[in-house]
Amino acid sequence: MKVLSVRNLTKRFGGLDAVKSVSLEVGPGETVAIIGPNGAGKTTLFQLITGAERPDGGEVYLDGERIDGLPAHVIAAKGVARTFQNGRVYGNLTVLENVLLGAHSRLQAEFGRPAGPVSGALGAIREVVTALSRPARLRRLEAELVEEAMEILSLFGDRLLPRLHQPAYSLSYANRRRTELARALALRPKILLLDEPTAGMNPTETEEMTELIRRLQARGHAILLIEHKLDLVSAVAHWVVALEAGQVLVEGTPETVWADRRLVEAYVGRTGGGAPKGGTARDGDSGAAGGRHLLRTGAGAF
Amino acid sequence: MLDQLINGLVVGNLYALTAVGITQIYGVANVINFAHGSIYMVGAFVGWMAVTWFGLPLLPTLGLVLAASALLGLLVERVAIRPYTGSGRTVLLLTTIAAGLILEQAAQLIWGPETKAFHAPIADVRFRVGGGFIGTLDLVILAVGLTTALVLWLFLKRSRLGWAVRATAQDREAALQMGVDVHQVSRISFAMAGALAGVSGLLVGLYYHSVYHTMGFSASLKGFTAALLGGLGNIPGAILGAYLLGTAESLAVAWLGSTWRDLVGIALLLGVLLFRPGGLFAATRALLPEPTVGTFIPIGRPLRIPRWALLAAAAAALVLPLVVRNGYWLQVLATAWIFGLLAISLNLITGTAGQISLGHAGFLALGAYASAILTTRLQLPFLLALVVSPLIAAAIGVVICYPALRLRGQYLAVATIGLGQGIALVALNWTSLTRGALGISNIAPPTLFGVEIASAAGFYWLTLLLLIGGVWVAERLSGSYLGRAFRAVREDEVAARAFGVGLERYKSIAFGLSAFIAAFAGVLLAHSYTYIAPDTFTHALSLQVLTMVVLGGLDSTMGAVVGALALIAIPESARFLAEYRFLVYGLLLLAMLRFRPRGLLSAAS
Repeated sequence: MKVLSVRNLTKRFGGLDAVKSVSLEVGPGETVAIIGPNGAGKTTLFQLITGAERPDGGEVYLDGERIDGLPAHVIAAKGVARTFQNGRVYGNLTVLENVLLGAHSRLQAEFGRPAGPVSGALGAIREVVTALSRPARLRRLEAELVEEAMEILSLFGDRLLPRLHQPAYSLSYANRRRTELARALALRPKILLLDEPTAGMNPTETEEMTELIRRLQARGHAILLIEHKLDLVSAVAHWVVALEAGQVLVEGTPETVWADRRLVEAYVGRTGGGAPKGGTARDGDSGAAGGRHLLRTGAGAF
Repeated sequence: MLDQLINGLVVGNLYALTAVGITQIYGVANVINFAHGSIYMVGAFVGWMAVTWFGLPLLPTLGLVLAASALLGLLVERVAIRPYTGSGRTVLLLTTIAAGLILEQAAQLIWGPETKAFHAPIADVRFRVGGGFIGTLDLVILAVGLTTALVLWLFLKRSRLGWAVRATAQDREAALQMGVDVHQVSRISFAMAGALAGVSGLLVGLYYHSVYHTMGFSASLKGFTAALLGGLGNIPGAILGAYLLGTAESLAVAWLGSTWRDLVGIALLLGVLLFRPGGLFAATRALLPEPTVGTFIPIGRPLRIPRWALLAAAAAALVLPLVVRNGYWLQVLATAWIFGLLAISLNLITGTAGQISLGHAGFLALGAYASAILTTRLQLPFLLALVVSPLIAAAIGVVICYPALRLRGQYLAVATIGLGQGIALVALNWTSLTRGALGISNIAPPTLFGVEIASAAGFYWLTLLLLIGGVWVAERLSGSYLGRAFRAVREDEVAARAFGVGLERYKSIAFGLSAFIAAFAGVLLAHSYTYIAPDTFTHALSLQVLTMVVLGGLDSTMGAVVGALALIAIPESARFLAEYRFLVYGLLLLAMLRFRPRGLLSAAS
């Protein structure tokens, strides 16, 4: 069974189709990359999958269970973790607190999950009483979580461990992005949604992040990735979905997608008098090769 | 009926003058100016002075008020807005509140606390129109309203400066890059808004034949309501909203009685905030234009107070009555402890969970009324009332606040004012339960296990023990995973939700706990005053508590206690300060937010 399947997902903002009937699947241990020019609907797709925005149509399944339309915090609790395009850490919380917060839904699950006004209120009261009385079970769980958080943080070498008790606002940009990823891992996600994890990072940091994503793959994580740096995509993705104007333009393995001239047209527009789509094989080949070059060199600009 | 409609139109005109300024300032500066009502009040007093002291006729009086309140608007911009550019909007919310407090107290010092009679310097002739009457003053008000609307329209549509104002309102950054001096636009908007507010105050003073130093608060509430009805930033919308509000209120007075006027106003305010926060004329229920990322005030790390120091302080406070035998001072300190409880309860929502509340007196009122009713009507013993009242307050508090919890920032702030006022107004109008304006008197002093706590020392200990309990609860929660979840909500709602922190649930918990703790303060207050009435729980009291929290440092429980102690005990130890109390609060807020936004009890970052 697929970990995540998205079927015909649609979102309209005013008269604009931000996401139009997009379908994609992520299998266990797979990494799927979403690429596309700015405004193609990549982040909106993430917003819909995670419940930050409600889709206007289509379905989302997590391990076969339908999750579209559920509130964001419920979807998170079911095992969907994400990072944000611009690195949204909780600035006044420490690095450790940020990571521990990633495990919040697991903690809450231990002490009563809300459903309906009455049981919701009772659950809330129970949560307060638990927080006040701090039963042994809670303390044990918290201690385990701290241990787990340290283990996650050690994935980043000595980038974050020495800064454990520093507030997140004092971190460098790259470290904030790392903290965000650590927080997402603490949720023990079934699927990890990474929104441009290397945006604003220099080549060394990008290389480090690529390596890290490989290690996450080795740990068996299913990953849905938005990324502009196509070298990174080539290095980690099993499958690439290219979006344009809210629709799937091309999809396939990285090699087949790079070879598709429609992708180049989406990024740089058609050249010449507008060669008809699906021209001769020779035309297609040269176009794709040229396009790939363009994409590579231009990657930094996107 | 026609009479009511004419009345609604006239009152609507008055509201429009206030609302237009609020909405214009929101448009260009993105801040709700909470000092607006105070400028309105000063305008009324300047007009009163011109007419009563100098005997000026109406037109020069109007001119004088226009000029004086425009200057005042500029002054507010200079003192409460400009030094804080770059701070979050909530900081500006607090600084405009501070400016309002200062103006109000200054007016009281200059013109005295009593209501002044104000008679129009024009002959009062009434004309028959259909089935109703219309007076000269009504005509003046309508004329001023229409002239203002016309002049404003011409200014915005025809003058270059008007274009600059509109450009800034649409997109401040883009306007700045196009060479618009947005600071000048901001100054001009404050001056214009001030002038309109002042004229509105003058006309209201004439209309109701009275001016008094607290008249600004209800006016600003009406202004907020009208501006929100029209959609914040939408000037024609604000005018329409004002007419709507004026008419609805006049009809409510006609059908239900005069005490219903404000309740209908509050209902409209809360209704529009909850159901159409973008205003009645917004095409869709637009997303609120509030930032989704970032903390409103740099919170900073709270100063770690060692456990032994806390215990020592608690022990010292406990043995104090054995040393200090002065009953007066024990009473002052007991009041400080009550306010300490109130401040830690507010800190929980505003400091820890980041939800600004300007209606905290409402929670206090819930506890006080619950206990007063339980002990006087049902003859329940004090101890039982002490246990039950906070539960009642928490339940009611959560239920009435719940719909407002999805609002953020300034919208939530206005909603909490409305809720706080709403609680007081319900207490005023539900006479069969609360005895209305008469209040509940003869509330028995606290009695524990058959022993009446009549001595100052006894009451001191009771309040102190409850405060210590409150501190323990607040600190323990703050250090738990629940505290962490509250802070995540404060820091970034979207990211909090994305990690399983359901906003409704955790905000409800925070508000419920806050109401619970505040209600203990309410019970103590009721049984120490032995008399409570709706006007015990004023908006000023809410602001007082907020000042305590900001002074002590947001998200610092002990800071809240220290803030309460300072603001209660210092004015008592220097009696001359008591008269200037709100002036001091205002200045303190301005200074703290400028120089030490993290509060007294927080470590520098």
